[in-house]
Amino acid sequence: MILPPGAHVVSLGLELFAAELARVGVPVVGLDWRPPAGGDTRLAALLGRLEERRDAIERANGRALSQLVDGTARLIDCRPAREALELADRTVLHAGPPIAWERMCPPMRAAVLCAIRYEGWAANDDAAGDLVARGAVRLEPCHHHRAVGPMTGIITASMPVFVVENRAFATRGHATINEGLGKVLRFGATDDSVIARLRWLATEAGPLLGAGLREAGGIELVPLMAQALRMGDEMHQRNVAASSLLARALMPGIARVGGRHHAVARLAEFVAGNDQFFLNVAMAAGKALADPANGVTDSTLVTTMARNGTEFGIRVSGLGHRWFTAPVNMVEGLYFAGYGPDDANPDMGDSAIVETIGLGGLAMGAAPAVARFVGAGGMASALAATAEMREIALGEHPHFRIPTLDDRGSPVGIDVRLVVETGITPLINTGIAGRTPGIGQVGAGVVRASLGSFTAALVALAG
Amino acid sequence: MPVFNFVRRSFYRDSVTLMRVSRDVERVPGVTSVAVMMGTPANRALLAEAGLLADEGAAAAASDLVVAVRADSEAAAVAAREAAERALLARPVVGAASAERPRTLAAALRATPQASLALISVPGPYAAAEARKALARGLHVMLFSDNVPLEAEIELKRLALERGRLLMGPDCGTAIVDGVPLGFANAVPRGRIGLAAASGTGLQEVACVIAREGEGVSQALGVGGRDLSDAVGGIMTLRALELLAADADTEVVCVVGKPPGPAVASRLAAALGRIGKPVVVYVPPLAGTAAAVIQPSSAVHLAHTLEDAGRAAVALARGKTPSSPNFTLADDDVQALVAAALGRIRPSGRYVRGVYAGGTLAYEALALLAERLAGVPVSPAVAGPGHRVIDLGDDAFTVGRPHPMLDARIRREWIEKEGRDPETAALLLDVILGYGTPPDPVGDLLPAIRSAHDDGRVAVIASVCGTDADPTPRAAQVAALRAAGVIVLDSNAQAARLAAAIAARAGAAAR
Repeated sequence: MILPPGAHVVSLGLELFAAELARVGVPVVGLDWRPPAGGDTRLAALLGRLEERRDAIERANGRALSQLVDGTARLIDCRPAREALELADRTVLHAGPPIAWERMCPPMRAAVLCAIRYEGWAANDDAAGDLVARGAVRLEPCHHHRAVGPMTGIITASMPVFVVENRAFATRGHATINEGLGKVLRFGATDDSVIARLRWLATEAGPLLGAGLREAGGIELVPLMAQALRMGDEMHQRNVAASSLLARALMPGIARVGGRHHAVARLAEFVAGNDQFFLNVAMAAGKALADPANGVTDSTLVTTMARNGTEFGIRVSGLGHRWFTAPVNMVEGLYFAGYGPDDANPDMGDSAIVETIGLGGLAMGAAPAVARFVGAGGMASALAATAEMREIALGEHPHFRIPTLDDRGSPVGIDVRLVVETGITPLINTGIAGRTPGIGQVGAGVVRASLGSFTAALVALAG
Repeated sequence: MPVFNFVRRSFYRDSVTLMRVSRDVERVPGVTSVAVMMGTPANRALLAEAGLLADEGAAAAASDLVVAVRADSEAAAVAAREAAERALLARPVVGAASAERPRTLAAALRATPQASLALISVPGPYAAAEARKALARGLHVMLFSDNVPLEAEIELKRLALERGRLLMGPDCGTAIVDGVPLGFANAVPRGRIGLAAASGTGLQEVACVIAREGEGVSQALGVGGRDLSDAVGGIMTLRALELLAADADTEVVCVVGKPPGPAVASRLAAALGRIGKPVVVYVPPLAGTAAAVIQPSSAVHLAHTLEDAGRAAVALARGKTPSSPNFTLADDDVQALVAAALGRIRPSGRYVRGVYAGGTLAYEALALLAERLAGVPVSPAVAGPGHRVIDLGDDAFTVGRPHPMLDARIRREWIEKEGRDPETAALLLDVILGYGTPPDPVGDLLPAIRSAHDDGRVAVIASVCGTDADPTPRAAQVAALRAAGVIVLDSNAQAARLAAAIAARAGAAAR
């Protein structure tokens, strides 16, 4: 005998050979094979070079993957960014890879100016713009400060941020409190109601959340997220289950410390009225979980995916903190009444950290309720989306398990090589910001990560 | 009996999963009851009521997993905890309904880690890279693809040897490994004759002869047409011979090769001598080649044709002396066929024209024609005066086009073309059956055959390589050809000999 007993055959190429083997009862996997990298011979050659180092890469990826999925995430506090991030005054953090003021998209510029007014560094947008133009206010990515921000992703010193601790790897992730829907800073809305809400978050909601969390001794998020996944959330487009679970865990602590009855009531109303309340918490958890996977030499695992409304950027474990960017894609989506694709800003936000840890678009199969955003919609599309993501993922998550997929783990650990080889880019669930500043959210949908970021990273990996 | 609690911090599974795990873990020896639960207050109360709560469990949080065990020893309890954790972290068994088609070899192997052989038939420019991946991941490879560069072939075969794997091909049409038919294999019984063959149709012809003679095949390993060149050095042929020598099921070894390079020939001869089992060798006896390097001996029988090789292997397996008749028909019957053909072909007809799908069969036909007729070219050609054989399966015809075994269009064109040529006396064809071929290869050719036979008044002579166990049974294909007036013989060699006999007589008459 040449083959081991019960041998399976993998057939790639002519489909009839796989069909014939199946007909005679030989177990066979017929590949849906396509030319690697869409037939691009230069990229195929780079993939070939990495293939020569495959053993080292696989070892490194194994390590990076376990550092991505074996972490813990405990929501322990909510404190001003000044304390939690040691964020200096006159610094505005934004979503996505680094970007110069001149190249920022209009909603992000509007949000930056609004944040400067909110902090009182300038009285109006013109004066704020002057500060930025002169370099008197620094613009830096959230990701460079152990933080992540949804959409425009603006964080300044006095804004309260959730603190999530990954005790297994001694990292922390941070994100602001989700402002709710409608006119909000993250979508580039800038009127007085936006600033008023930011002030309430900083002065009342944030401190109360922080005190409640400290009183409760923190809340473990990986089990909570695993449970929410089983309740139909993928934790990007849909967070209603996770928000409810979090509220349940949060409220006793807050009730115990909340001296002023009306403050507790206002916070409870705010949390109860926001189905996406958990999104920012999931993002902070994602940041705390993903950061330890970075910095493993030879690893091709993606540890950051983020967009700034102009560019899509990734960072790769074996390439450290370098960003690889490409123009960002438009979101395919559904629009609120009165808006359409012409009103949409290109994709934006650090929220793709959720996909980076195996949730969001990668876990679409767990969330049939939001599956109408992909393809023809429905359960079949949702399952197909997760199956497709499995092609580019290094593994399946040991904790984030999908009941509609026989309890298989969500695909996790996006591999640059697999993305370039298959041309399948990560599927990201997201909101759509209006392109005109001040409008806010106009819809929601799905967007593909930009392939150019991955090919740029591949060149560096093979170099 | 003592109770043990184990707490795993920050670990969630739903209650249905946990109940199943609890039930399964109760089978661990020495364990009387198990409850695996999330440490919610309600669950802790349940555990307390059941007498399964210990201090560790009592201190658990709602987000912690508690494994509570009543067991006769701590060792048994620890075993139960380990079994529970294994079950909770194991990958679930996926239902058979999952019909995902992975896009890459890497994804396929993640889903099917027990795969042990890759059948690669992707376009040539991509084939070597896929084969390299498969070998690196520990798979045997059958490389059906053609147009693979020589340097890539050498590199892949060295890699295969290093990894202890087979690299069959490139341009390997057929193999049968442990009874698994790969590519265009025929349905032949398993048996005691092991084959190592350069490429597809030669192996098929020999295997079908063996089946027709009542024996079977242990392994049929394709090594690729260039393997015996000095550049490749016979890497896979020598490896295949080692495997067949060691294979307990193989009693006779049969090598179907291309003419070996001078350096390889001596190594091959030495290897054949070491096998320790009767060996049959067929190498096309082409003019100007060094085929004579391999000398017959008591252990090595040199066959003149593919059919002879198959028959000799069968004879040796049965302890008999091989014989090699020119025809399996009686002489009178052969003469009657020749006379009938001469009676109806047009007066201008004088040449044999072969239109082939199988490369090895085309070369074999040329060699046999050259023994009997003057002016036969040494290799297949598309043009030229006199006799000729065209090999439509050659790389030159298959770039960007399906192989003529899959798509009869190009062969129909050439059959019609040669049929129209007034100098064609005998049209010589191969028909190849087996897994992967279209359901009715003869039916696909018949319109062109009829036009050559009826309108062109040429003698059409064919052989059908296949068995009656093939998806398209041989007998029905033979009958369909005969019904159209085609002379069908048992083998390609016999068909070539008959075509030569007809053309020799027709040519003499024309002069």
